[in-house]
Formats: sequence, structure tokens, C-alpha cells
Amino acid sequence: MAEKEIDSVTGVETTGHVWDGDLKELNKPLPKWWLYTIYATIVWAIGYWILYPAWPLPGGGYTKGIWDYSQRAVVTQEVADAKAAQASYFKKIEETQLEDILKNEELLPFVMAGGAAVFGDNCGPCHGKGGAGSVGYPNLNDDDWLWGGTLEAIEYSITNGIRSGHPEARDMAMPRFGLDGLLKPQEIADTAQYVLSLSGGATDEAAAGRGKQLFADNCVACHGEDGKGNPAVGAPNLADSIWLYGSRLADVERSIVTGRGGVMPSWGGRLDPVTIKMLTAYVHSLGGGQ
Amino acid sequence: MKHDIFEKRPMVLLIGILMVVSIGGLVEIAPLFFLSSTIEKVQGMRPYSPLELAGRDIYIREGCYNCHSQMIRSLRDEVERYGHYSLAAESMYDHPFQWGSKRTGPDLARVGGKYSDAWHVDHMRRPRDVVPESVMPGYPFLEKRKLDYSDMDKRLQALRIAGVPYTDEMIASAKADVVAQVSPDTDESKALLERYPKAQVRKFDGAGGDQPSELDAMIAYLQMLGTLVDFTKFDAAGPNLR
Repeated sequence: MAEKEIDSVTGVETTGHVWDGDLKELNKPLPKWWLYTIYATIVWAIGYWILYPAWPLPGGGYTKGIWDYSQRAVVTQEVADAKAAQASYFKKIEETQLEDILKNEELLPFVMAGGAAVFGDNCGPCHGKGGAGSVGYPNLNDDDWLWGGTLEAIEYSITNGIRSGHPEARDMAMPRFGLDGLLKPQEIADTAQYVLSLSGGATDEAAAGRGKQLFADNCVACHGEDGKGNPAVGAPNLADSIWLYGSRLADVERSIVTGRGGVMPSWGGRLDPVTIKMLTAYVHSLGGGQ
Repeated sequence: MKHDIFEKRPMVLLIGILMVVSIGGLVEIAPLFFLSSTIEKVQGMRPYSPLELAGRDIYIREGCYNCHSQMIRSLRDEVERYGHYSLAAESMYDHPFQWGSKRTGPDLARVGGKYSDAWHVDHMRRPRDVVPESVMPGYPFLEKRKLDYSDMDKRLQALRIAGVPYTDEMIASAKADVVAQVSPDTDESKALLERYPKAQVRKFDGAGGDQPSELDAMIAYLQMLGTLVDFTKFDAAGPNLR
């Protein structure tokens, strides 16, 4: 390397590289603060290697580090800690009958808060945030229950689901009178008029009259002679003004044609029994619990 | 003056850059393919059935991944809301994976079985009918469009090249299997279930007929997400948990 050369214009040392005979490069080293920062990060990295899992080893393993950190272990621990913090409540809820939970002033706030949280994510999408339901999804605020509104009935429905494919699910389904050709279109229209007449909504009294016998032949086994339904088989009350699929003639006709048959998933595998118990108490408290 | 050789010969500089950059890849990426804890296998995983795969393709076509992730991170709030954290093995047949990095909507990694088919039909048609505060656009055309599965065997073949273990039998019956999955209680659907255990067979969109719609495929895909691994039997103290 030649003698250090100082550029005459800037007064800065050059690197000594020369291109095209006279093109030279000034020697401008990295700023010191920058250089020391990168040294610091290198030191930091070495510390990281020592403390945390870092280097792969031959044979499929890796260096575990002094702290032996594992994200899986951390989340497992966090969930376990949270469970432990709630354990006293969970244990009491597990040991207390549902009826008694509703009377237990110590447990009730915990149960209601827990039930509301679980309801929001798991039940809200279908039944609505406040449980008001919508067309095809039952309103849980009223006292009209398809499968019964007692604590036991609600808990059973949540655990096993409705037509969910679960072996213990509530499985009764209405026949598809139209799709399977059990009734002719005219008969369906007459039956629908009769069904509407039960709550005073018939638009064609003559048709409703013709539908009375059809109803007696096809519907009473589940819906009862007075059309008031039967929660044991999930048959809705047809004599009130609460309609799951709409109260227009076309809606009722369509129900008879297709048999409807909404599906609720079984939550037994997804939620633990105590959570389901909290959820049951919450749903029961929405307004219509029996 | 040693770096003269790089400064004056562009090709040498290029090769030098490639060598330096590849060290990063070799050190940071390559070992992951050999670490036993990152290639952990779990029971229950199988390749997508043809109908599920068609649904997945629609999921990608419609850009669902822009708002929905499919990865439950190992954080307490996620585990409590969505279920067991996602395992790498649960994406082993995803090409490309749908982990996503942004959640405008909820995570879908375990949405399978959470809602009924009818809910999905209503929700795809008009999301705000069932979730009033939703900002998701409606996809009412899915139920009106017949599913095009004329190239299903080729899609399986392409995935086989990418490493998904589709057998010759699966590829040969790919098109028939699409229809079989919406035709319950048939011999074809039983054969499908043998090829793809835990596949759900039914007419997902609730419409008549035996020809699958795009909505059938979409719901079949959504209803199987996260359902293959049985977490009551999964050993959480696996290789990654020491």
C-alpha cells in the first residue's frame, strides 16, 4: 500500500483505489456510534444463544439454552394458572346442582359472567348476541322452547346438540311432506291455513277447514291435537304467535314441504362440563327459563 | 487491495454475494427441515378430500385469507377462545398454507363443527342476517354457481408433485368423489370415507339435487377445518414441550 494520500479539495484521506487513471475514492469510515451498535447486537446475539433455544444439532435436536424456553410450555402454564385461579369456583360449580347455583349469591355473578363470555363467541353467531335469535335460529329470551326450557333440558341440548350427528343428540325430525311426496301441494296449502288458524292468522277459512282433517292425520302425533307442540320430540307450539321460520302462509307451507329441522352443534367436546353448566344457567336466565 | 477482484469483476461480485446470502439460508432455514420438533407428525391428518380441496380453492379465489387467519397462536387468550393452538402438522398438506397475518374476521383454524350448515348458508348469503355487526361481504353467488370439478384429478396430481400423498386411486376417483361427498348413504360415499377418514358426507348447502354447488364445497371445507386431529388423544408434551 502506498503512502496515505490526502485529497486536496476536501482534505480527506483517500482509499488509494484509482479508476480510469484519476478517479479516486474518499475514505469515509462508518460512524462510530453505528459501528458500536452493531458490535452490541453481536454481543446480544451471543447472549441470546446462551439463554434461549438457538442452534440446531446433528440428529434432529437443538441447543435448549439456559432458560429452556418453550412457547408451548408457557401457554400451557398460563392456561393452567388461569384455571387454578378459578379452580375454587369451578369446583363449587361442579359440586352444586344447577337449581342451587341460581340461588347461590356467591357463585351466581361468576356463573353469569362466564356464561355470557362463552355465549358471545359460541352461541351469539346463531342465536344473536343477546339471544334474540333470528329467522331459523330460536329466540332464547322468550318462554317458547322447542326442546324444553328446564335447566336439565337446556344442558342436554347444549351438550349433545340438535341433529348434530352426536350419538346422544336430539334427533327427531319433521317429515318432508312436500319433498317426499307425502302430501299434495293443495293439501299442504290447506294444512298451512289450518296451522295459521290456530293462532288466528288464517287467510282462507274454507281452506283451513279442509286442513283440519289433514292436520289430524299427519301432524297431531308430534304437535298434539291442539297444536301446542311437544318438547319431548322438539315439536313447536303452533298455536302461539311465535314463529321460527316466519308467519306468512308461504313460510308455513315451506316448513311443511321441507320439514325444516335446524341443526345445533354438540358442544360437549368443545366446552368442558363446568363451562356448559355456566352457559346453561346463563341461557336459562335470559328470560324464559322454566 | 484484496477486494480489487470483486470491485472490478461484476460476475465475481455476484457470485460472492450469492455465497454470502446463502449462508443465511443454510444456517437459518435448512436445519428446520431436519429438526425432529419442527416436523412433528400427529395422528389424524390426511390430504383434503376433492370436495374440501375445491372449497379451499374457492376460499383462496375469494381472498378469504385477507381477513381470516388459520392459525391459533400459542397465547392464552387465543387458546381460550379458539381452542388448542395450531400445530405445524395441521398445515402439512396446505399448498399454500392459509395462516394469514391479519384478522378482520375471526380465526378459522378450528371453525369446523362450530356452526351448523344452515348457518353457513345464511351467513354466506347475507352475513348481517345472522351477525348484525359483521363487516364481511356477502357471497350469495356461491350457492347459485355449479362447482366446476372437471379438472379435479389434475389438481390432486399437481399437489402430489408438491408432496401431498394422494394415491393413484384417489386421483382416479377424484371427480367421482366430489359428487360422492354430497350423496349420503351411497356406496360411493362409503368408498370416499375409506379414502378420507372423518370426511363429512351430506348436501351442505341444503339445496336439492346431487350436483354440488360452490357453496357445498366451501361449507365442506369450513366444516372440516381443525377437526382432523383428536386433541383428547394428542400428547401436548410432544417433542416441542420439554
